[in-house]
Amino acid sequence: MNKAGLLLKRTVPAVAGAAAAALLLAGCGGASVNQVAAAAGATGAPCGSVNVAMNAWVGYTANAAVYSYVAKNQLGCTVVQKDLNEQISWQGFSSGEVDVIMENWGHDDLTKQYITDQKVAVDAGPTGNEGHIGWYVPPWMAEKYPDITDGKNLNKYASMFATSESGGKGQVLDGDPAFVTNDEALVKNLGLDYKVVFSGSEAALIQSFRTAEQNKTPLLGYFYEPQWFLSEVPLKKVSLPAWTQGCDSDAEKVACDYPTYTLNKVISTKFADSGSPAAKLAKGFKWTNEDQDAVATDIQGGMTPEAAAKKWVDAHQDVVTSWLK
Amino acid sequence: MSTLVRDRTRLQPAPPAVREPRRRPSLRTTLLAGAAVVWILGFLVLHGTSTLTLPASELTDLHRSLNQFNAWVAANRADNPVFLYIFTPLRAAVDAVANLFITIFAASSTGLRLPEIGWLGTVGLLGWIAFAVGNARVALLTVAVFTFFGLQGLFIEATYTFALVLTAVLLTLLVGIPLGVLAGVYGRVAKVITPVLDFMQTLPTFVYLAPLALIFLIGPASAVIATVIYAAPPVIRLTAHGIRNLPENTREASDSLGTTGLQRLLTLQLPMARRTIVMGINQGTMAALSMVTIAALIAAPGLGQVVVRALQSLDVGTAVNAGLSIVLLAIVLDRVTTAASRRAEPGAARNRKFSRRTRYIVLGITLVLALAMVQFSRTMLWAATFPKELNVGPMIVQAVGSASQWMQNNLSLFTVSFREAVTTGILNPFQALLTDTPFYILVAVIAMAAYALGGWKLSALTTACLGVIIYLGLWSDSMVTLAGTLVATVVVMILGVIFGVAMGRSGRVDQILRPLLDAGQTMPAFVYLVPFLGLFGATRFTAIIAGIIYAAPVAIKITADGIAAISPTVVEAAVSSGSTPWQVITKVQLPMARQSLALAANQGLIYVLAMVVVGALVGAGGLGYDVVAGFVQSTIFGKGLAAGLAIVFLGILLDRMTQAAAATPVRKIPSSNIPAT
Repeated sequence: MNKAGLLLKRTVPAVAGAAAAALLLAGCGGASVNQVAAAAGATGAPCGSVNVAMNAWVGYTANAAVYSYVAKNQLGCTVVQKDLNEQISWQGFSSGEVDVIMENWGHDDLTKQYITDQKVAVDAGPTGNEGHIGWYVPPWMAEKYPDITDGKNLNKYASMFATSESGGKGQVLDGDPAFVTNDEALVKNLGLDYKVVFSGSEAALIQSFRTAEQNKTPLLGYFYEPQWFLSEVPLKKVSLPAWTQGCDSDAEKVACDYPTYTLNKVISTKFADSGSPAAKLAKGFKWTNEDQDAVATDIQGGMTPEAAAKKWVDAHQDVVTSWLK
Repeated sequence: MSTLVRDRTRLQPAPPAVREPRRRPSLRTTLLAGAAVVWILGFLVLHGTSTLTLPASELTDLHRSLNQFNAWVAANRADNPVFLYIFTPLRAAVDAVANLFITIFAASSTGLRLPEIGWLGTVGLLGWIAFAVGNARVALLTVAVFTFFGLQGLFIEATYTFALVLTAVLLTLLVGIPLGVLAGVYGRVAKVITPVLDFMQTLPTFVYLAPLALIFLIGPASAVIATVIYAAPPVIRLTAHGIRNLPENTREASDSLGTTGLQRLLTLQLPMARRTIVMGINQGTMAALSMVTIAALIAAPGLGQVVVRALQSLDVGTAVNAGLSIVLLAIVLDRVTTAASRRAEPGAARNRKFSRRTRYIVLGITLVLALAMVQFSRTMLWAATFPKELNVGPMIVQAVGSASQWMQNNLSLFTVSFREAVTTGILNPFQALLTDTPFYILVAVIAMAAYALGGWKLSALTTACLGVIIYLGLWSDSMVTLAGTLVATVVVMILGVIFGVAMGRSGRVDQILRPLLDAGQTMPAFVYLVPFLGLFGATRFTAIIAGIIYAAPVAIKITADGIAAISPTVVEAAVSSGSTPWQVITKVQLPMARQSLALAANQGLIYVLAMVVVGALVGAGGLGYDVVAGFVQSTIFGKGLAAGLAIVFLGILLDRMTQAAAATPVRKIPSSNIPAT
């Protein structure tokens, strides 16, 4: 009994304290600095908050940074950025966790599931960027072995690409397992003597290509455009059997190159219907591969995404204005 | 975690070797040697046949049917009663609680998105709570650490993480304590619940993140639910343990007074088990923190997001800065809950320095102070958001970043050649030995070894586990994972013996090393991956290192405890008969601590296996990769799920085999001296 009493006596002040705190909060709720300052700062149409999914490649970061900068500084929105994997982001549309995906690469299956069937998201139009995915080699290899850029000759060079991770076969270096990829199926269906090894991230992929070019070591890897790194090291694309409509519809049987992607933005239906100026901005957002590379290069050079976005927006205010019209 | 270890061994007592104890060792050795010969012969003769390799892009029919789950959830979310009446309301409820704490501590959804209580208020209030449930020292620690979060420029992220941990721990207690009480009171409930808990703890966290996110959608709610699943087992186990393990005479005394079951529970068992239950809260809190970090992958806000971002951009500086916050938060949570459990100890009240009255006065004064700070933080901007001028985060990031860059530039020749040597010299041949041997030979070899270690029962169990793995279509990947796991465990055991002996023999070494080991265990695995990724690249080698770092502290601690528990008289006797220290270690201490060593190997294996999936984020192939890929690519969702199950069965197999090995002593040793770990 004594111990229970002791416990009681210890909890009473805690509970009392919590109650007092609650009272205090209730009493001062109206005068909170949160609301007062916000009310003073708000100008023009109310925007509210926007949840922007952040996928893990620098090109995406560039799009999202410019969008966030404009939404925050010219529309007065509160922007919440969430680091998420590509396909996971789509799951956030129905719960309101994600409002905007700023650069979408195809994903026909997800488009069908979330836009056509569940109707929780809508296509917000192209970003103006055209995407290419493929297999690339560093420029020194294309110079020394001119026929390597033809996919048919890859088996001839397989032994050169072998590493301790590839189990005696040639290595195809991929990025993040989350990226759009058919590489495993390609290796098998094209009868290539290669093994796909994942580097884990865009950063690791870039690092590997940079080292390969510097040290003139062989490397075959997954890469994509638009991509700022290609202006630093102009990687050469290896041609695979050309893409035709429907040749990649069965993920296990793909035996053709990647299609050309018209990159687009996807926003949640709720957000699109909300009338928020940020939704209008998302629909209007459109720029070129050079624009994206410029911002991405700045970010990669050590600028914060926000600063890089500011630099670009200040130089291209007319473009930004046209988005908001 | 360390408590779990102890709990586990007690739950599964070693089956004594009954049959022909004298002849058995020789039979066992013959069988094991025979198994090895069969294996080597099978590898040499039938090399590369029947390896059951499944190309990474291919699925089996089982995987495709598991994929259907994905489509089914999507199609039924809106109108299936299971969703309408169970999942959706559950999600809404959890979301409401999580949002309440997030609004209080981290960010509200209106206005400037300032939390209800700004940084100054949070620091004051949490400091006061630490003081009230613990003591002045932990209160000071809390205040210092939370202020430091502000200096790091991570205050909001840290409070997000804190709010989620708080939500998860509260819900865990809500679920765990009643279940623990039930399991403690009724033996039958315990019997049902224990295998479920075992399963929950071997199942890699990633495996249930994907289905959970599918059902509950991404966001704080799923993150909290995943965390509760992860954090509940220790709470349930320890609560049950506390209730069950009452001294027999105390219970008898209470029974003889004619108490009913409920009275006994309320007046005797619960109060007496209080300390154990608070220890369960401590363990649950630590587990929750590490899971909340990983849940960043399904949009849980907080420090985990910073680490994930750093992992993707190979930014060591940012990762270390955020990692430091996580470790500090872990230390605060650990110390405060430990202090609370000390306070809960029976008789603790009598030994206090101050009278209860003084304590109340001090508590009252400090509460007023804390509330004043809360009030400030709600009305003044400087107290609401941490001043940006005081941010030293970028300095930390830059300093660590350039240090790691220097290391990468100057050590890469060494690290890369070391990695290559280990990979081509040890890992690749060993992996080939497992993946290139026909599966039926390996199944037979493992069954033989299991028979030698634990008899028919164990042999049947291991064969069943392997059968399930084959059915799941992931034999080859499982062998890749097994190779990495075994190599890592060997290194873990070498470290365990070296440091364990050093710690067990010298109290000073123990004092220096133990806090380091504690830090290694509490730091979420994510964090220390980033620097190693910089040094060694994304390879199986890096993944093995990650496993070693995670598992070594446990193995070292168990070994050290085993060595330290050997009766000093025995060691004294050996020394006085002229043994050199080396002889004492090899002839007396290690043989006598054999049981502890076997336990260390068992736990080391399980811990390494737990890291398999996280290792896949930095280049490990095999099952871990399947799980990660299944998590992020919807077309191979089913394969990821199957791979998760395969990890569980691999875990059961390894666990039972090492336990059997630990239970049957090779040499006759006086059993009275074997430490009860």
